Amino acid sequence: MKKIISFTVNGAKQELYLDTRKTLLKMLREDLELMGVHLGCGGGDCGACTVLLNGEPVTSCLVLAVDCEGAEITTVEGVQQNGELHPLQQSMIEKGGIQCGFCTPGMVMNSLALLRENPQPTETEVRQALSGNLCRCTGYAKIVEAVLDVGNAMTNSKEAG
Amino acid sequence: MKAFEHYAPDSVEELLELLKSKPNAKLIAGGTDLLLQMKEGTAQPETVVSLKNVEELGGFSVSKNGYRLGTGMTLRRITRSNELTQNFPGLIYAAGVVASEQIRSLATLGGNICNASPSADMVPPLIALDAVVQLVSSQSQRELPLSEFFKGPGESVLKSGEILHSIFLPQPSGSMIYSKHAPRKYMDLAVVGVAVRLAKKHGKINEARVALGAVGPVPFRAEKTEALLAGQTLTTELMREAGEMAAGECVPIDDIRGSAWYRKRMVKVHVRRNLEALR
Repeated sequence: MKKIISFTVNGAKQELYLDTRKTLLKMLREDLELMGVHLGCGGGDCGACTVLLNGEPVTSCLVLAVDCEGAEITTVEGVQQNGELHPLQQSMIEKGGIQCGFCTPGMVMNSLALLRENPQPTETEVRQALSGNLCRCTGYAKIVEAVLDVGNAMTNSKEAG
Repeated sequence: MKAFEHYAPDSVEELLELLKSKPNAKLIAGGTDLLLQMKEGTAQPETVVSLKNVEELGGFSVSKNGYRLGTGMTLRRITRSNELTQNFPGLIYAAGVVASEQIRSLATLGGNICNASPSADMVPPLIALDAVVQLVSSQSQRELPLSEFFKGPGESVLKSGEILHSIFLPQPSGSMIYSKHAPRKYMDLAVVGVAVRLAKKHGKINEARVALGAVGPVPFRAEKTEALLAGQTLTTELMREAGEMAAGECVPIDDIRGSAWYRKRMVKVHVRRNLEALR
């Protein structure tokens, strides 16, 4: 069974005619070709498919696309600013928070939600917030460092100017 | 996944009317349990009715008697409410130890209850706070204590066409602590969940609630332990006895998360520790 649904993805309005069974994850990948949304476990455990739904981080594998009527969705493709990497993405590269890269989009989206709410989180807060994102390469230390660092940098640059 | 028709009513009236004509419809709120079951094929609904647009279920209200929480509130929203955090810190703690940020953005209070998992983290604290559930259908409306809502793992007293509309919490009396025993700090289910509430008067306990999760087919009140505590002064000896009595009231099973023997031991420890924290 199918349904028409309209929503905004990375600032652009979309209207699609979708099978009710389609998850938000599949819709983003298959219909909108946003391949930064990764399918890991498909059960909400690994966090690789994390996107922002109305500003809140969600595992898109556990959301029905038809439940997103009127929603605003942001994927990792919508994080860059004027063609430049977001400071958080830059920090992930600089601190070595990326190895195979599979978990990275989910890590970035969830960290972004954290930083918007809490621009200068403590290490515990970062680890707690990212507990729903699995990484099998880095041992997490470098990812946590990247988030902590960008939190400080973003606050400092705001103070500076 | 089997094909299904999807409805998203805007109001409780519309929802109840719809359920009258679709008695076998499955309600979807956060979907973090139902969607998994549908992917695995253990749930194969022909009709899915989403609660996301029903605004009435999404917030909470305060009266002089207490708080009414809409069952559509997400756990994330509950943890972000300053007013709820001030009045029910133990409940907010429980909401914050469910799964992950991403799941808490989706999962709702009502879903955590209606899924009727024996290990649901929100349930023991709510029972300890004397929560009353309001069940509504197109024909009727009834209220009952949350402790009487569950019939077995995955089963509740909800009838076809009936929804869990809201949870009423009386003005909190005394303090309530929830502790969750799990091998991992985050992203895990409770091996044992223990909520204890004590209200004291002149140094003596005048009201005690001990609610246990994951140690029986349904979350339940350890009433013998509550009776043991009532009217007493909290001594080290009494805390030890209460732990032992609560362990004796459990009927846990052996499963992948822990043996029945281990679960009883952990109930004993957590009841004692929570009492110590409330001394």
